[in-house]
Amino acid sequence: MSNEASSAKVPVTVLTGYLGAGKTTLLNRILSEPHGKKYAVIVNEFGEIGIDNDLVVGADEEVFEMNNGCICCTVRGDLVRILGGLMRRKGKFDAIIVETTGLADPAPVAQTFFIDDNVGRKTKLDAVVTVADAKWLNERLKDAPEAKNQIAFADVILINKTDLVSREELGEIEARIRGINPYAKVHKTERAKIPLDEVLGRNAFDLDRILDLEPEFLENDGHDHDHHHHDHGHGDDHDHGPGRAHRRGLKHYHDEEMRSVSLRSDKPLDPDKFFPWVQDLVQKEGLNILRCKGILSFKGDDRRFVFQGVHMILDGDHQRPWNEDEKRDSRIVFIGRNLPEEKIRQGFEGCVA
Amino acid sequence: MTDSHSDTPSVIGRAHPVAAGAPVVAAHVLGHTAVFVLGEEALLFVEPKGQARRIVVHDGAILATAADGSRIVSGGDDGKVVATDANGETRIVATDRKHRWIDHVAIAPDGAVAWSAGRSAFVQAQELREFEAPSTVGGLAFLPKGSRLAVAHYNGASLWFPNAPQAAPEKLEWKGSHLSATIGPDGRFLVTTMQEPMLHGWRLADRQHLRMSGYAARVTSLGWTAGGRFLATSGSNQIILWPFQGKDGPMGKQPRLLAPSERRVEVVACHPRHEVVAAGYDDGLVLLVRVEDGAEILAKKPGAAPVAALAWSADGKALAFGTEGGEAGVIDLA
Repeated sequence: MSNEASSAKVPVTVLTGYLGAGKTTLLNRILSEPHGKKYAVIVNEFGEIGIDNDLVVGADEEVFEMNNGCICCTVRGDLVRILGGLMRRKGKFDAIIVETTGLADPAPVAQTFFIDDNVGRKTKLDAVVTVADAKWLNERLKDAPEAKNQIAFADVILINKTDLVSREELGEIEARIRGINPYAKVHKTERAKIPLDEVLGRNAFDLDRILDLEPEFLENDGHDHDHHHHDHGHGDDHDHGPGRAHRRGLKHYHDEEMRSVSLRSDKPLDPDKFFPWVQDLVQKEGLNILRCKGILSFKGDDRRFVFQGVHMILDGDHQRPWNEDEKRDSRIVFIGRNLPEEKIRQGFEGCVA
Repeated sequence: MTDSHSDTPSVIGRAHPVAAGAPVVAAHVLGHTAVFVLGEEALLFVEPKGQARRIVVHDGAILATAADGSRIVSGGDDGKVVATDANGETRIVATDRKHRWIDHVAIAPDGAVAWSAGRSAFVQAQELREFEAPSTVGGLAFLPKGSRLAVAHYNGASLWFPNAPQAAPEKLEWKGSHLSATIGPDGRFLVTTMQEPMLHGWRLADRQHLRMSGYAARVTSLGWTAGGRFLATSGSNQIILWPFQGKDGPMGKQPRLLAPSERRVEVVACHPRHEVVAAGYDDGLVLLVRVEDGAEILAKKPGAAPVAALAWSADGKALAFGTEGGEAGVIDLA
């Protein structure tokens, strides 16, 4: 555990992916590799999956609405119960993995960690890992909103079963994924074979780790591929660093429905304008905003303010001081459905101090 | 917090420390024997001035316990319901056929034992009865006469007559997730804790709703003061006491707020004979608070971990406490 402040909290990794994509294969790989760690596993459809582990708990995926009637403030009632029970055996395992059904929306799982005090005090959401089927994801993105949600929500995406598709098809599927979620770490795998530290211990929900606001391109493993240039192309992406603008772009998809809006300002923001604006935005658009995160520079404030959100729930705090040589830019990313980009952009610009 | 209570009268000198050796999740007192429920496997029996005895009751986590003065009934993640008497003798009451977690247990005044596993609620009296709730059971509470069991779940609670299997359970509806249930000693009101930081209640005679909100956090501990005039609850930076003496209960009334602190109340335990509430805070502090005038007595100084368990003996002369960090003790108030 690198982060001492939160080291007492047990990290929880959420594993999503449409039916048949390879979640169970990945799960069995995590459990069987000789890493010396112990995992408690919360699975759905208890007993139907052969998992060799002492600490397997069956879950019911009960998604509960909160009493305030807001349909995005849902929690996984069974997770509140199960995590509470598992915490009684704290010390018997190093981390928890929650496997969701193929049709599950990851949001209620994530929101459980923000909404429920007892869960949030003892455990922390580490990352949402989505396994995608290289051969079938394109089809699912057309006919299954759940599959698109899972891609949009992910911090880490495994494009699995790459051996079943051609290089061109693989490029296509990756570009599709990028069109929806340019901020996730994408890996290409066969039989979910991946170094486990790429999946576990990511700290993606840690406020101190909201660093990867640059879109993730084919940086690591693109050596045998052409680079797909995910250029938003509408003058709306201010995130392009100098090295990035000259990438050889080939294919680029915009998902017509689910996409990301990225905002940046080099002028300090006024917190008295920003917070009311962002609160109002997530109140009105929270249903469509799946994830958001940002690093902010406020006027007269020498510390970075970081925040993240899931639908209507926002969580933010001061992080470290800005470094001397660091550019004090404010950056925010929203990933969601049918986002009113122009309205968001104008609202954000109105927050400049 | 120590400083703010430096002037408070104290009984900390009367505490007998107990080395629990593991996180304490609940406590009960059987006669004069304090019993600490550990997070895993065992109950720790501590007789006055005696050695601690570790009694293994489950193979895994202990998820729920209830006591009726002569025995402790526990439910575990091993799918077992176990009864342990004051001598430490254990008996398996039931084993879930699917080895599901036993999430909740309750004991009826006549000794019948109830438990739940997932959506299924059970009562073992002469026969084993089963009730399938519409969602996972959040809590169980017997009515004072014991013939009916309140089962809290998503979107309300059901009142079930285990001995009349043909009678459909009475449904009490209220949107949201209901996580535990309690019924006052006079049996007039059912109160549930909710996923939101609030309580919900029903007056059973006419199903009138009671809404009790204003908490900072989810309420995880509650209890009725001696005589049943107040429902004392955790979930705030003070003890919240809802008045239930009138015909309408707390409807339209303000709760009484006692023992304010900068820290959150985690556990409350009501004295069995007097209107006194023991409150355990998330910094390890324990205070005894008189309802009448709010007078406070320091029972345990703040420590390393939140208080997780408080239990009075039936005569009110001993108070057992335990923390998430395994700090535990018995305070002799005789």
